Amino acid sequence: MKREHSALFLAPAAITLGAVALFPVLSVLWLSLEQRSPLTDAARFIGLDNYARLLADTRFWNAFWNTTYFTVFSVTLELLLGLGMALLLARAFRGRALVYSLILLPWAIPTVVSARLWEWMYNADYGVLNYLLGTQINWLGSPAWALHAAILMDVWKATPFVALLLLAGLQTIPRELYQAAALDGASGWTVLRRITLPQLVPLMLVILIFRTIDAFRVFDAIYVLTGGGPANSTETLSIYAYKVLFQALEFGYGSALAVSVLVVVALLTIVYARLLRVRIA
Amino acid sequence: MRPLRGAGLVLIVAWSLAPFLWLLATSLKTAAELTHLPPLLPSAPTGSHYIAVFTGYPFLRIIANSTAVAALSTLLAIAIGATAAFALARLRVRNAPLILVAVLAVSMFPPIATVSPLFLAINAVGLRDTLAALVITYTTFALPLSIWLLTNFFRQVPVEIYLAARVDGCSAFQAFYRVILPLSAPGLFAAAILVFIFCWNEFLYALSFTATTASRTIPVGIALFPGLHEVPWGEIAAASVVVTVPLAVLAFTFQRRIVEGLTAGAVKG
Repeated sequence: MKREHSALFLAPAAITLGAVALFPVLSVLWLSLEQRSPLTDAARFIGLDNYARLLADTRFWNAFWNTTYFTVFSVTLELLLGLGMALLLARAFRGRALVYSLILLPWAIPTVVSARLWEWMYNADYGVLNYLLGTQINWLGSPAWALHAAILMDVWKATPFVALLLLAGLQTIPRELYQAAALDGASGWTVLRRITLPQLVPLMLVILIFRTIDAFRVFDAIYVLTGGGPANSTETLSIYAYKVLFQALEFGYGSALAVSVLVVVALLTIVYARLLRVRIA
Repeated sequence: MRPLRGAGLVLIVAWSLAPFLWLLATSLKTAAELTHLPPLLPSAPTGSHYIAVFTGYPFLRIIANSTAVAALSTLLAIAIGATAAFALARLRVRNAPLILVAVLAVSMFPPIATVSPLFLAINAVGLRDTLAALVITYTTFALPLSIWLLTNFFRQVPVEIYLAARVDGCSAFQAFYRVILPLSAPGLFAAAILVFIFCWNEFLYALSFTATTASRTIPVGIALFPGLHEVPWGEIAAASVVVTVPLAVLAFTFQRRIVEGLTAGAVKG
C-alpha cells in the first residue's frame, strides 16, 4: 500500500484550530497583562496589576459567587429532574418518539429566545406566572428572586438534554441484571437503588462535569434575561467581563476577568478528560 | 404505578411545551390584550405582529444573515472535521487519543476568554461587521464537535471495508471520499444538524463582532429588539415563533438523528 499522508488530513483542522482557537487563548493571557483600549492601538504592559485589581474588586467576587451559585443549583436540579424524566421515559410506550421530539424543543431553540420568552412570563405586571400562581412577585426586579428566576429558566432549557443522555445510558445497562433481580424477587425500589443508579453513576459524573463547565460559562441566558441586574445580583463572571470589555472598553482588565473563567473551566476540563478516558478504557 | 407514570409523562410534556404555547398565544394577541390577564388566550387572534415584524424591521435580512452564516459554517466544519476525523479513525496517527482530548479541550473554551483577542484580530484585518468574521469563528468552534462525532461514526464502518479499498488500489484519500464518506452519510447528517443548531443559536461572538443589520444574526436581532418607550412584546413573540419553527421542524423530522448525535459523544466516550 502507498503511504497515507495522515498529516495532510489533519492539517486543515490543525491550522484552523491553531489560528482561531489556540492563538486567541494564548493572547488573552498576554492581553490580561496590559492596559489597553480597543479603540486606540495604545497598549501598556502592566504586569500582574490587573490581577491585583481583580482580587481586590468586590464586584468580581460578587460575580464569582453568583456564577458559582447559579452553576451549583441549576446543575443539581437538572441532574435530579433529568434522572426522574429519564426513568419515566425509559419504558417503551406509544408516542415515545413524539415525546422525545417535544422535549428536544427547549434544548434546540436559541438561548436568547428562551430568555426573552421567560422574561415575558416573569413580567411583574402582565406575566403569566404571577397570574397563574396568584402572586405579585417581582421576579426579575428584586435581587432576592432574580438569580433564582434565571436558574429556573436554565433548568427548563437543559433538563431535557440531561434526560436524553441518561436515557441512552439506561439502555446500555445489561438486561441480565434486571432479569436476575426479578428472579430474586427484588422490589422496584431495590432494583433502582442497587442496579440502575450504581450503573448510571459513571455517566452521571460525566454529565455533571459537562453541565458544570457549560453553566459556569453562562452568558446569553442571563445577559438577555436581566442584563446582570438588579443591582448586579445576577451578574456572572462572563457578563461582568463582557461589560468591562465592550462597555467600559478596558481590554486589559476585561481579559483578566475572562482568564478567571478560563482557569476554572480548564480545571474542570482536566477532570472531565480523566473521566472520559476512564470510560474509554 | 401506571396512572402515576401517565401523570408524570403529561407533566413532562406540559413543562416542556407550555412556554411555547404561551409564546404563540402572545404573538397572536392584540396590543390591548397583551397588557391584560385574563383572558389567557387571544379572544380575537391577529396576525398584525407578524406583519409588523416583516415590514417594520429588517427581519428578513437578519434571517438571511443567520441562514448564510449557519449553512456555510456547517459545510466548512463538516468538511474540515470529516477529513481530520478520518485520519484519527483509520490512519496511523501518533497520539490520536491525545489529539482527541486536546480537541475536546478546545470545545470547552469559554467564549468570553477568546472574544477580546478575536475582536482585535477581526478589526485588524478589516472583517468587523461582516458575515465572514462569524463564519470563520463558528467553523472553528464547531470543529471539535464535528471531529468527535465523525471520528465516532467513521470507526463504526468496519475497518475491512477501508482496507479492501486500499488493496484495490485506492489512495487513502480516494478510500475516504469514495467509500467511507458515502457509508457514513447518516452520521455526517447527524453531525451537520448539531453543528447547524450551534451556529444558528450562537450569541456572544455575534453580539461582539457585528454592528449593523449588514451582519446581525437572529439571536442578536431578538436580544436587541428595538423599542422606543416600551418593549414590543407582541413583535418579539412573533419573531421568536418565526425563528423557532425551523428548529421545531428539525427536532421533529430528525429526532432520532439528533438524539443519536447528542449521546454519541457523551455516552460512548
